[in-house]
Amino acid sequence: MRLLVLCAIPLVTALAVLGLPAFRGRRVPVALLVVVAAAHLALVASLWAAPAAPALGGWLAVDPLGLTVLTLTSVLFLVTVVYIIGHVRHDPPRSGRVFAGSLLAFLAAASVVALAHHLAMLWVGMEATTLSVAPLVFLRRDRRSLEATWKYLVVSSVGIALALLGTFFLASAQGDVGRPLLLPDLLAHARELHPAWLRAAFLFLLVGFGTKMGLAPMHTWKPDTYGEAPSLVSGLMAGALTSCAFLGVARVTEVVVAAGLGSFAQPVLITFGLLSLAVAATFIIGQGDVKRLLAYSSVEHMGLLVLGLGLGGVGAYGSMLHLINNGLAKGWVFLVTGNVVLASGSATAAGNRGLVRTLPVSATLLVLGLFAVTGSPPFGLFLSEFTILRAAIDGGHAWIAAMMLVTLAVIFVGMAALVLGVALGEAAPGAVAVRESPWLVAGPIALAAIVLMLGVYIPGPLHDVLTRAAVALGGRGP
Amino acid sequence: MSGAGLIALGILALVAPALPGIAGKTKSLLTGRRGPPVLQPYADLRKLLRKRAVYSRTTTWVFRAGPVAMLVTLVVAALLVPLDGRAAPVRFSGDLVAFAGLLALGRFALVLAGLDTGSSFEGLGASREVTIATFAEPTLFLCFIALVLATGDLSLSGMLGTPLAAAWPRAGASLSLVGISLFVLLLAENSRVPVDDPATHLELTMIHEVMVLDHGGPDLALILYGGALKLALFGVLVVSVFVPRAGFAGPAALALLFAGLGVVAVGVGVVESVMARLRLARVPQLLVGAAALALFATILQVG
Amino acid sequence: MRGAAQIVLLLVVLSDLAVLGTSRLSSCIRGIAAQGLLLGLLPLLIAPQLSVHAVGLALGTVIVKAVVLPWFLAWAIREAAVRREIEPLVGFIASQLLGALAVALAFAIASRLPLPAMPQPLLVPVSLATLIIGFIVLTTRRKALVQVVGYLILENGIYLFGLTQTESVPFLIELGVLLDVFVGVFIMGIVVFHINREFDSLDSTRLTELTD
Repeated sequence: MRLLVLCAIPLVTALAVLGLPAFRGRRVPVALLVVVAAAHLALVASLWAAPAAPALGGWLAVDPLGLTVLTLTSVLFLVTVVYIIGHVRHDPPRSGRVFAGSLLAFLAAASVVALAHHLAMLWVGMEATTLSVAPLVFLRRDRRSLEATWKYLVVSSVGIALALLGTFFLASAQGDVGRPLLLPDLLAHARELHPAWLRAAFLFLLVGFGTKMGLAPMHTWKPDTYGEAPSLVSGLMAGALTSCAFLGVARVTEVVVAAGLGSFAQPVLITFGLLSLAVAATFIIGQGDVKRLLAYSSVEHMGLLVLGLGLGGVGAYGSMLHLINNGLAKGWVFLVTGNVVLASGSATAAGNRGLVRTLPVSATLLVLGLFAVTGSPPFGLFLSEFTILRAAIDGGHAWIAAMMLVTLAVIFVGMAALVLGVALGEAAPGAVAVRESPWLVAGPIALAAIVLMLGVYIPGPLHDVLTRAAVALGGRGP
Repeated sequence: MSGAGLIALGILALVAPALPGIAGKTKSLLTGRRGPPVLQPYADLRKLLRKRAVYSRTTTWVFRAGPVAMLVTLVVAALLVPLDGRAAPVRFSGDLVAFAGLLALGRFALVLAGLDTGSSFEGLGASREVTIATFAEPTLFLCFIALVLATGDLSLSGMLGTPLAAAWPRAGASLSLVGISLFVLLLAENSRVPVDDPATHLELTMIHEVMVLDHGGPDLALILYGGALKLALFGVLVVSVFVPRAGFAGPAALALLFAGLGVVAVGVGVVESVMARLRLARVPQLLVGAAALALFATILQVG
Repeated sequence: MRGAAQIVLLLVVLSDLAVLGTSRLSSCIRGIAAQGLLLGLLPLLIAPQLSVHAVGLALGTVIVKAVVLPWFLAWAIREAAVRREIEPLVGFIASQLLGALAVALAFAIASRLPLPAMPQPLLVPVSLATLIIGFIVLTTRRKALVQVVGYLILENGIYLFGLTQTESVPFLIELGVLLDVFVGVFIMGIVVFHINREFDSLDSTRLTELTD
């Protein structure tokens, strides 16, 4: 029951906002957004306290993997909504109803993806997340965002279509064994699944959902989309949307591992992971726009997630931990970038210098975010990346570990060059400190605090859930 | 060589000029005119045969041999086609290649005759004719391949005869596609709309007509008659694919054939009144489309 | 029923090839509408007996794919006042040949797949062929609207494959898929409309401002 309510509240609210005449006009119904976000987070918190029964005949259910993604999404959404309170005062969107409706639809769709145990329902939710974000990407309606939206739509739609084909292949693999496309049945009868179809399904689902994640070489839409969308939207996409897409990949990996085809899946995952790392490192050097830089960083982190999944062992745990750390950190840095854009109008290096003087809090958060996102201690990402590294070494893949370290170092250098240049550097003469509204910085500070905490201490329940998720993925806890 | 087959060929030779007449009459009726009588082509042929030919000083024997060579190749090709739906007067394994080759030889002779005049109009027509042939020949072969796969016989008599009738229940869809493709080929090879408009007066828009612009008198009569015979031959191909006549007795099969030819001629007339001529650049597209259909038919047989 | 389903599937391939070979946008729309109609007929012809599920799916497919989406695309064409596709990245003749090759490839692949005996053996090859052809249209055409048509053809191919799994994919899911496709194309149409307004053309090769 709780699960249904969890998905239904945002959906119903979204439909109300988009349909009812009361919401016509430019004003964003901020209070409504806050209420829904808070209710959603409260329900998710209750799921941690007491497990919920499956709904819809087993189609919706909670398991450690889903709970992780759901919690991440809910937290990010609430933080973003709080940020919006401050943001709309300075830069209201052209259509408040489309803005709010799309956000709520996204929350509903992401909840469905996280809770879906019927893999076709997961696909429907995934496609819904793609579509609900599209109006948000082209909020500004100018040439560049239009171009970005078009590329996003075309590439994502093709990717999702391939994922649908993969889902059908999975159904073919299942044949008559168990209830069709239901995860518990798939896992229970994994050994009886037709191996050829299962392999094909894995490949198509990986490519399809990988496109949504932004794995190389399907990442081409990411820099343009993250660069042109409003920063808070990019933050939600980089934090929540990619995590939902990773969930899709993780689900099919669960089935493949249970079917004993782990040795087929793992090299493929590792290849995609390393390729993403390499591509990210290549394109981060010389980047001039912070949001595009963060997009490539997102490609890198998606590569790390998939790499951890492919390495197995303690790498699965590392991936799950990294999922949370990356999501929160990306949300944090994108929101701060949003402040920069609000103040100066662009996120490029040319347009911003010496932010420490004009936007002291945001600049500090930005620099700290740089360190977090590139995996420096004491932030949480260091711990998760180190866990994945350990998995590489444990598995005897020293060269993978070496490649990881090299690319991460290159990425750090590339990112530092831009971010430090933007934050430090010589400010324009006569630049004054802009008053930073507490609404705009509270969220990022909260996220930063969580990421910092996760670097030194992982709460018991979280560790428990992450370990169980790792085991389901064929790995183990630390 | 069977007597019945030769008689059938004789009747076809006699009836052939009526086909362009039927097409023209259909088009006229559909466009609200009364149009020329169906037997008009016969009158045209008689008129032309009575005239005297005038030859340009730049032409050589090639120019005079062209029409004759074309007609001879057509008649020989006609010997390979099973008109009664069972067997042709001349048959051997692989005669489909000979059929295509003879048609190509006839076309080649006319093209040479056109080039022999040294005039740019004929050269224009010749180059266009050959361009279309470049796309039409592979399509014809693809259709033949589909038929060979369906019937398992490498001779036209088999491909269009008894084995074809047996193959229809099994490969009906594939054969329908082949038939459609052959109809498009008929339009292309015989300079009909939408490939070429036989009623145009502007040389720059002509393909076949302008290639034979300089021929007059008996030569033109031979060319006109040859054109009608070619239309009849392709019509026989189309009718044989759609209406296998192997189960009928001789005269009944022939009657069915001529009725089918009439329908094909009406079809040509209908297409002529419904569509406009395609731009020359689009004609290869049409033919490639027909080739794709034939290829699809082949795949259906194999897959 | 089996013969009728076979003919419908063949017509689907013909509609694919037709869209590949035409340069007129209205012909593309008509091709996709015809395809939608054919796809709507298939559940009725394939299902062993007429069920509410089959009828509902058929109805939904026809309404969305054969009526609403083509109408919407036609509206977009009128708004953008474009009529013809300019020479695509791969010429029309080459596209036709590629399409024919795609069909051959699809049949070849399908014959190698470990398929269970199904009542309609042409379903898988035709679905693969439609998929590949949809991909070809999507990637080689310049006009944004034709790319949307290509995406629709791609989805049709996947839908065809899904028909082999009618038992495992419940009605609700298929409805969800249909809805997603509908909303997706709707959003694409809106974006195309805006593209035309901003760029004064639907030539997607002009969308080159964003670059590294």
